[in-house]
Amino acid sequence: MSIILFLFFMCFSPNEATLTIATTTSVEDTGLLEVLLPPFEKHYDIKVKYIAVGTGQALRLARDGNADLIFVHDKEREEDFIKQGYGTHRHEVMQNYFLIVGPEKNVEALEHKPLCDILGSIASNEFLFISRGDESGTHSREKLLWKTCKVLPSGEWYLESGSGMISTLRIANEKQAFALTDTATFLSHRDELQLHSYTEKDSLLLNIYSIIPVNPDKYPHVCIKEAEKFISYILKGEGGTIIKNFGKERYGKPLFQMMWKP
Amino acid sequence: MNPEIFEVVVRSFFVSSAAILISSIIAIPLAVYISLKEFKGKKIFLAVINSFLAVPAVAIGLFCYLLFARNGFLGFFHLLYTAKAMIIAQALLAFPIILSLTVSGLQILAKPLRDTLFTLGLSPLQTVFSLLYELRRQVVTAIIMAFSRVIGETGMTLMVGGNIKGETRVMTTTIAMETMKGNFELAITLGIILLSTAIILNIVTQLLLGETHAPAM
Repeated sequence: MSIILFLFFMCFSPNEATLTIATTTSVEDTGLLEVLLPPFEKHYDIKVKYIAVGTGQALRLARDGNADLIFVHDKEREEDFIKQGYGTHRHEVMQNYFLIVGPEKNVEALEHKPLCDILGSIASNEFLFISRGDESGTHSREKLLWKTCKVLPSGEWYLESGSGMISTLRIANEKQAFALTDTATFLSHRDELQLHSYTEKDSLLLNIYSIIPVNPDKYPHVCIKEAEKFISYILKGEGGTIIKNFGKERYGKPLFQMMWKP
Repeated sequence: MNPEIFEVVVRSFFVSSAAILISSIIAIPLAVYISLKEFKGKKIFLAVINSFLAVPAVAIGLFCYLLFARNGFLGFFHLLYTAKAMIIAQALLAFPIILSLTVSGLQILAKPLRDTLFTLGLSPLQTVFSLLYELRRQVVTAIIMAFSRVIGETGMTLMVGGNIKGETRVMTTTIAMETMKGNFELAITLGIILLSTAIILNIVTQLLLGETHAPAM
């Protein structure tokens, strides 16, 4: 309750408008928010606060009325969120692919194999696999992949980190284990990770990020005007260009592909 | 009790007890030695030891992380993200607490007691054990204080342990994770267990210390 009141005052305080975004760790870990938000704050004179957690937690924050906008990647749960009346619209913004990464020593045996063969070999050979285990978008995709491939992920080899993407990748790196990651987080930390990417682009691995404003009918205190401004900044304004070019300079290719033409 | 909670609680106690045991084995004899020995610069030495109490846990976490990481100085042991790493980090955190509190307990009584024990004709080793026996309250207090400090440590434990389910997930890291997830029930259950542990340990400490001493920290 106090948080809601707090947000209420933040939003309507006469000096400065604010926008609270609940987002996924992969968007923060890559450094995208650091370049995406300042121009928006400056141009619209809106202070943005973001909370970077797993998609499951981000949805929960929004469900409890603690965010104005969510920027997440789990289509199924996003649609539920809107169906239940918590969100207004779902705007697909950008995409990349999930990757299965793992130690270099298995490259010969597993590289270029179909996705399900890779997962199957991990399980049958009991290669260590580090799961996010945190109900994030990546975690729910991982569960879907095991299910689709009819592989049961359980046993000594299957560990749950309960942490964000980069922590999970670091654990996989230390233990030389496999993990499912989004491309952006993996590429932006590739230098520190001695992990190899095993998968090709596969429709099962498509990773779509979208933004959803929280429904003001549900929570009258949400800053819906500010949220709409942010959406048009991404979909029609400078924000799209920033995303489109993000990572080009440092990694040779953009980390996210925009899903629309400006 | 939920088996998952039980496992996490047991692991917490195991890791912290192991850390305290290792720390005590080194710190207590050292404390006795320092208390009995008169040497030049002893005051400064004690001041330095006491100042280690101020080292933030997260700094120890960073130090251990860099040391244990695969490309770190001790990387070849593959210690990072294991329970062993958590034990070592917690032992490092506990060490100055046990040392400093034991020394300050011994300091007050060491000299007169040592003389008394010496006049009884005891060997140095017997003297040491008699001293520790006479000061058992202070020693136990030091150990309990250190234990309640390390079992409640979160950031450092997460940094070196990684919160891996079934391996390095302890009470504090579970509470942090479940709160973030919004699973307050599990977080609250563990919070109550952790809180009762701390309170019970503190009461025991104060009873041991008697009425003459204020709580140590």
